[in-house]
Amino acid sequence: MAEVVATQPAGRRSGRPDSLRLLLNNSLATAGLIVFGLIVLVALAAPLLPLPDPDMTEPANRLIRPFEAGHLLGTDALGRDILSRLVWGTRVSLAVGLSATLIAAFFGSLIGLVAGYAGGRVDTLLMRGIDMVMAFPYILLALAIVAVLGPGLLNALYAIAVVNIPFFARNIRGISLGVSRREFVDAARLSGKSHTQILFVEVLPNVLPVIIITMSTTIGWMILETAGLSFLGLGAQPPQADLGSMLGDGRKILFTAPHVSIVPGLMIFALVMSINLLGDGVRDVLDPRLKSGALTRPVARTAVMREKQPAAAAIEGAVLDVRGLRTEFHIGGEVYKAVGGVDLHVGRGECLGIVGESGSGKSVTAMSIMGLVPTPPGRIVGGAAMLGDEDLFAASDERIRQLRGAAVSHVFQDPLSTLHPLFTVGDQLVEAIQAHQPLSKSDASAKAADLLKMVRIPNPAERLNAYPHELSGGMRQRVCIAMALANDAQIIIADEPTTALDVTVQAQVLALLDTLRRERDTGILFITHDFGVVSAICDRVAVMYAGKFVETGSTDEILSSPAHPYTAKLIDCVPVLGQPERRLDAIAGRPPVVNRLPVGCAFAERCPRVEADCRAGPIPLMEFRPGRAARCIHPLIAGEPYV
Amino acid sequence: MSEETLLKVERAERVFGGGRTIFGRPKPGVHAVQDLSIEVRRGETLGVVGESGCGKSTLARMIVGLDRPTGGRILFEGRDLAAEAGKDLRRLSRDVQYVFQDPVASLNPRKTVRTILEAPLIHLLELDREARSTRLSELMDAVNLAPEFLDRYPHEFSGGQAQRIGIARALAADPKLIVLDEPVSALDVSIQAQVLNILDGLKKRFGLTYVFISHDLSVVESVSDRVAVMYFGRVVEIGSSRAVFGRPRHPYTHLLLNSAPAPGRRSLAAEDAETELPDPYDPPPGCAFYARCPRRTDTCNAVVPALEGFAGEEAHQAACFHPHGDR
Amino acid sequence: MTAYIAKRLLAAIPVIFGLTIIVFLIMAMIPGDPATAILGSYATPENVEKLNRDLGLDKPLLQQYVIWLTNLTHGDFGRSYTMNRPVLDEVLERFSATLILAGTSLVLCSIVGLLAGIVSAVRQFSWVDKSITFVVLIGISVPSFWLGLLLILVFAVNLQWFPASGMYAIYGGGDLPDLLHHLFLPALTLAVVATGVIARLTRTAMLEVLRQDYIRTARAKGVTENRVIYRHAFKSALVTVIPVIGIQAGFVLGGAVYIETVFQWPGIGSMLVKAISTRDLLLVQGGVLVVATAYVLFNLAADVAQTLLDPRLR
Repeated sequence: MAEVVATQPAGRRSGRPDSLRLLLNNSLATAGLIVFGLIVLVALAAPLLPLPDPDMTEPANRLIRPFEAGHLLGTDALGRDILSRLVWGTRVSLAVGLSATLIAAFFGSLIGLVAGYAGGRVDTLLMRGIDMVMAFPYILLALAIVAVLGPGLLNALYAIAVVNIPFFARNIRGISLGVSRREFVDAARLSGKSHTQILFVEVLPNVLPVIIITMSTTIGWMILETAGLSFLGLGAQPPQADLGSMLGDGRKILFTAPHVSIVPGLMIFALVMSINLLGDGVRDVLDPRLKSGALTRPVARTAVMREKQPAAAAIEGAVLDVRGLRTEFHIGGEVYKAVGGVDLHVGRGECLGIVGESGSGKSVTAMSIMGLVPTPPGRIVGGAAMLGDEDLFAASDERIRQLRGAAVSHVFQDPLSTLHPLFTVGDQLVEAIQAHQPLSKSDASAKAADLLKMVRIPNPAERLNAYPHELSGGMRQRVCIAMALANDAQIIIADEPTTALDVTVQAQVLALLDTLRRERDTGILFITHDFGVVSAICDRVAVMYAGKFVETGSTDEILSSPAHPYTAKLIDCVPVLGQPERRLDAIAGRPPVVNRLPVGCAFAERCPRVEADCRAGPIPLMEFRPGRAARCIHPLIAGEPYV
Repeated sequence: MSEETLLKVERAERVFGGGRTIFGRPKPGVHAVQDLSIEVRRGETLGVVGESGCGKSTLARMIVGLDRPTGGRILFEGRDLAAEAGKDLRRLSRDVQYVFQDPVASLNPRKTVRTILEAPLIHLLELDREARSTRLSELMDAVNLAPEFLDRYPHEFSGGQAQRIGIARALAADPKLIVLDEPVSALDVSIQAQVLNILDGLKKRFGLTYVFISHDLSVVESVSDRVAVMYFGRVVEIGSSRAVFGRPRHPYTHLLLNSAPAPGRRSLAAEDAETELPDPYDPPPGCAFYARCPRRTDTCNAVVPALEGFAGEEAHQAACFHPHGDR
Repeated sequence: MTAYIAKRLLAAIPVIFGLTIIVFLIMAMIPGDPATAILGSYATPENVEKLNRDLGLDKPLLQQYVIWLTNLTHGDFGRSYTMNRPVLDEVLERFSATLILAGTSLVLCSIVGLLAGIVSAVRQFSWVDKSITFVVLIGISVPSFWLGLLLILVFAVNLQWFPASGMYAIYGGGDLPDLLHHLFLPALTLAVVATGVIARLTRTAMLEVLRQDYIRTARAKGVTENRVIYRHAFKSALVTVIPVIGIQAGFVLGGAVYIETVFQWPGIGSMLVKAISTRDLLLVQGGVLVVATAYVLFNLAADVAQTLLDPRLR
């Protein structure tokens, strides 16, 4: 997933019109914008509109019902025209709500920015103060402030602004804290910028979207609250009226003339609702997490949308046999062909390595097999994955669930994020066991302890009660391996299982995996970017580039005599321990993006041996010796220099 | 390479936490760096290698003045660096610069490359507009990027390009020493070589001195003249790259070298799982490697070994009571 | 864990102490002379001076505070001049009525909010999700005091299903069914906004959690999807939602001010509004202090609950 997003083409500029267009794409937000715009327009135009004086009393015409001549919305208890009062009242409510928001946003954001950036004592001091204010129930504090200042519209405004300051301060502080710990802030300091410059020039622009989001989501609330205070008679004082005080006046005659209170309430509702709709739209546009579609929920299994079901004859002795696998990501109209036709097979006790750089599709290949590629946006569009003689892509969801963690299990990269932080190691192991074996809780616990012992974790019975964060990285990965072996898996799919670990720990984990697969005759599909790691554990290797295998063969042969120029370059561009004098042979250029793949060889742009026919059309993976294949029409022959 | 010392770290110590609560109870503290002394000579590349939590990044941040030692001194050309950084970081930043691990996180997403690269020219060198524009094109040329990239935003760059911008920024103030903190760890292998080659070229072209910090032994070996191996906040072995990698003395260095995967290397040394880093809140009284060491004796658990040279090879030092001999 | 709770309780003491300072200062900042306010504009200078002395207002501020605090610890919150009875008695009586109302609302909004949020997240982009999202948006946009009026018009005046005001029937009644009958409309009105907020947040939290690596791990283990959602994801989401429920308790307690006014519920909110307009400041002071303390304690409970769920916070 991350790989696909990271390979988006450079050069596209981000621009303002883009944001507005995005906002207008959201129909609810557009509706909100229109309603809010109309209300603001009418409120602004109030002095120009042909409305009667809102404060002119006319006792003879009191409590006229709506839709009667001369008074479209009727009159109130003093005979004042409700429509006119509504327009003028909206003006007041809007002005007060906006001002309160601006005041709260300014002071709150300032406090939050400073606290988050300064950290330490300043942070503690400021946030303790804010906590103190927040210790009062919201409206209660506003009431207390109005009690001090005395009732009045301006005082209500101050009260609402003050009680909202903590809200901004806390929100902004969190973001500011995060931004201030980013490396670019250190970089700015080393560039000679002062703290004030960094705070306002480096940090603030990154916090601004959050300030705007917070404002757009609180302004409705502020209008509600000022209206509330006026409703209680603590805000606007007669003859001045805002929507709240109109509603408050109407309450006294609710039973006899409900329209006097219903109309202003409806107006408040329409105003706040339009602002909230708009605010949600603004948030969706400005929040980068939402923008990248990050908040779509991946379903339990990758969608399979194959055009035709390929007939596959299983290779003799293979536990897992994948044929023509194609997996795509559909993001915003673009199709990213992450995996573009991959064949692989793993036998019992065999370890097949897939080597590639980020974005090559190696992880997606591995995750496709048991349907663990997130959908949306991922989908499997072609190929078959045969486990024995069962096509996994045709199996039911329930069947896949039964196989996951049983016949086929997984070990992932970062053992901290892959274990659930809120459950003990024992709980998680027991769950894995009980998902597939009808064991009692105590039997499963005993088995879990055995598993921990098997992965050489000392004091296994005690460690069952540990939470993941209480273990070291190496121990956590051992737990993950234990979990993968809980139900006698035939094959383990290991996605960069040692990348997040230190060298000495990596060596331990690799040795453990190697021993276990031999003892238990378990096949391993091992994803890595490191040829050193490949050497340590893999029997066979497949080198992957731009969604396709470019070379396959036994580990020793590929390392000693690579046939594909990419493989050769990949081996040569890495420094080798013990050979410090070796010249590093960098690969020029960058891998192609998988939504715009060339027709011919994907490596042609970077290849020293490229010729015209390389770009002409698709190149098949050609077997040039039993067990060795390369996707190249000008392969390297052992011993021949390739430049 | 001259023998002149550019940077000297004298018994530096950095404790995180610690101090006392308002009730006078001592708060737990962690020694990130402890009793650490190294010298960097003008024109050399000193590699610092170690696993996570060994204090190598803390050391890096102290050298560039982003962090200050709680004990000991760091001298740059004889000036006390910590004291200087406390008063005015700018003077130090003109001489000592830093390249960050994460190339994308180290560039402000809301600034163009031009703004990012101009900052040191304005604040450190106080150049005028014309001089800045000349310098900018020099810098872009130095890191092999087209000048039209200047008006782009960081998210439009790949990791390798972003790291080259990070290097250009470090280079902007024309420093004497650059601390490179895992500069290629976040990059793909095919891109690593590009960046390493550029770094090598810049060093020769501008006569720079590097402190190169990495967890990757092969990368460190390929770039360093001398190497310091760190474990649990201390240097356990230091010497010329050839000596440390060719004839490691400290058992930890041995373990590291044997654990590192390399193409063609079939079996990696693996020790038992029982052994982990010591608890930083409860450090062992003697050698921190004691629990994992195959050569340990009772002395090791009682006294912290000091860095000592060997007869005929004074520059190659190890902090071990029972070091490995030649072969 | 006991140690943790004890520690949190101890940490609440300075907060409550701080509350007393703020409340005291707010009252001290009131412009004009409280004695004049109490005695009205017909007061003679002698009476004002006497009252000031009785109230201790001629002493330095710090001393006034110490005396006031000492009295508080003895349960002496002063005397309400409008009610002509000890402030504490009046406040506690009113507060118990508010607790019934706010407590019911809080339980209601937590349950409905959590359920709606989960359903919305699990059925993301379905019509169920869209309707919930829209209803929630209406809920957080509608002025609660106006909604209360509408409900009274429909259910009390027109349909006559529920009483329009009060806590118990004036004649007869006084038992639990009578209370529930009176409680229904105000509790519902009060819960609407908080339900919306909790539902929104639960939805976001669930969606966030469902993307985590450990959810993929759970699926890779072969755990059933129901278990993934209701055990793995919900527990994590709850850690985020609980503090928000704590904050919502504040909104509910505060929102009670409107609802009690609309439904004439004899709680502390309507008491405060009246006390502010009659400038019965001792009553305001006592009321604010009691509600704020209750709120602090509730948030403490939310903190503890969060810590129980998340071992990393211990």
